[in-house]
Amino acid sequence: MQNRAGFARYRGRLALAGALVALVWAWYGSAMLAPYHEDLVYLARQHLWLVAVSMSWALVIGLVSGVLLSRPRLRRWAEPVMQLFNIGNTLPPMAVLALAMVVLGVGDHPAIVALCLTSLLPIVRSTYSGLAAVPAALTEAADGIGMTAWQRLTRVELPTALPYIVSGVRVALAINVGTAPLAFLIGASSFGELIFPGIYLNQPDALFIGAAATALVAFVLDYLVAALGRRLTPGLAA
Amino acid sequence: MIRLEQLTKRFAQKHGQSVTVVDSVDLQVARGEICVLLGASGCGKTTTLKMINRLITPSEGRVLIDGADTRDIDTVTLRRRIGYVIQQIGLFPNMTIEDNITVVPRLLGLDKAAYRNRARELMALVQMDPAHFLKRYPKELSGGQQQRIGVIRALAADPPVLLMDEPFGAVDPINRESIQAEFFALQRELNTTVLMVSHDIDEAIKLGDKVAVFRQGRIVQCASPDTVLAEPADDFVASFVGHDRILKRLLLVQAGSLAEQGGEPVLSEAASEAEQRAALGERRHRALPVIDAAGRAQGYVATGRAGLQPFRAIARADEDLRVVLARLYEHRLDWLPVLDADQRYLGRVSQRQIADYLGAPV
Repeated sequence: MQNRAGFARYRGRLALAGALVALVWAWYGSAMLAPYHEDLVYLARQHLWLVAVSMSWALVIGLVSGVLLSRPRLRRWAEPVMQLFNIGNTLPPMAVLALAMVVLGVGDHPAIVALCLTSLLPIVRSTYSGLAAVPAALTEAADGIGMTAWQRLTRVELPTALPYIVSGVRVALAINVGTAPLAFLIGASSFGELIFPGIYLNQPDALFIGAAATALVAFVLDYLVAALGRRLTPGLAA
Repeated sequence: MIRLEQLTKRFAQKHGQSVTVVDSVDLQVARGEICVLLGASGCGKTTTLKMINRLITPSEGRVLIDGADTRDIDTVTLRRRIGYVIQQIGLFPNMTIEDNITVVPRLLGLDKAAYRNRARELMALVQMDPAHFLKRYPKELSGGQQQRIGVIRALAADPPVLLMDEPFGAVDPINRESIQAEFFALQRELNTTVLMVSHDIDEAIKLGDKVAVFRQGRIVQCASPDTVLAEPADDFVASFVGHDRILKRLLLVQAGSLAEQGGEPVLSEAASEAEQRAALGERRHRALPVIDAAGRAQGYVATGRAGLQPFRAIARADEDLRVVLARLYEHRLDWLPVLDADQRYLGRVSQRQIADYLGAPV
């Protein structure tokens, strides 16, 4: 019931987004898009590739760090270590990209590293606080029943913390997709290739199409992650 | 069988001093017995319990389960052989009821068909419909239902020993009564050895074969509930079990067992009223019950009143004396006939008998 209501809510939002796209389409007409068609397909693939690779690294590093920091032995180090991860977020994304370029040169690699650093903190923090918020009764029951530490983590703690983790991943994903256009500035292809020339060359069409495509990708990915999260936590969804 | 020998736990405090939370506890619980660890908060009863499945490591002393020292058993293996129920229940919210119940058999890698079957049997034993509940999630169940599942989960792998930490403390009083009764029947059927932490003296009386009263980390008295109530070891035990402890003994005896001790005469329905009256006068009783050939009580004849009088109230054999006494007062009667399930007359329970029982030592 609640799940269905959730889907209905999201369907509403999807319909709204679809209507907006249709409106824009009707306004400018498909004629506006025609010259950018090839670019869009190529850049979408590039943009998604940057996002997928950098998010995968951020997920692996973020989840592992979050889990490690939440273990009793390391818990007192959790805050200082997370401040370290915080650097990726407190520095402006532009600065992170510039630093990555200084260290790794131009191209996809520095862009992926910079995007990964930018998305790391929400994942680490949500994993850590989700695991720290697992009720003591559950860990006691898991121990008392005779689960090993690994079984307790994978069968009880992580599934219980999953709603927290999913919300952190959604934040990270939004930041990641939104920052990826900047990667254009250090030589990696993304929708930034439409946006920045659009600004500099005074081509509002290109700027608009690049921005709208970025927003659409962010929206669709967020929807998919949220749906996946609900699918994975049938007993927990609020 | 489970045996605690000189079990001790000391915790180091911040300023370097150590506090002894559990102090040289000796305790022996026979197979199939329920032993209630009773005491106020902070008396060491929960720590004692957790040292048995080594959630807390003892500082000194040892725990033997069926003769085997628990130090020699790997903790994971040990815990899978000991059922564990906690007050907060601790059902895993991400698992269905079925997955929760079968979690230990799955950890042990037992036969799937067997444990799924067992889950259904156990649910039926606590009056929950398996078809309706197995695929649901814990948040869809009421607190009472959740705790029933908590108990079943602990019993799913048929552990010889069950540890319970205030298992029914968070359940409302009405549900608590029925869960306690269901648990007791289940425990008697499975013959599980149970150690249960409680601060509720009524629960200890109802469920315990043995009660160990804790104070400041030591057992001050370990005896049957009747002994603890009738002959508390010291003033602390006396005040802990309550100043109405004598009345609490009423809970321990059923009407049937007291009725059978009476050996009161009865009158036969077949006899004429003159014969009945003669017997009444002869024995100088003010009233005697009349039973038919099958042993069923028909009523009573009393001096000063003509004819057979119907009973205004009766006691069932399985009712405890507290209920019987309440009924005697309610109807302002001196005695009640005690009937079994087939309405056969077993004897009578009088106010005098109850007073004698309460006043007598164990």
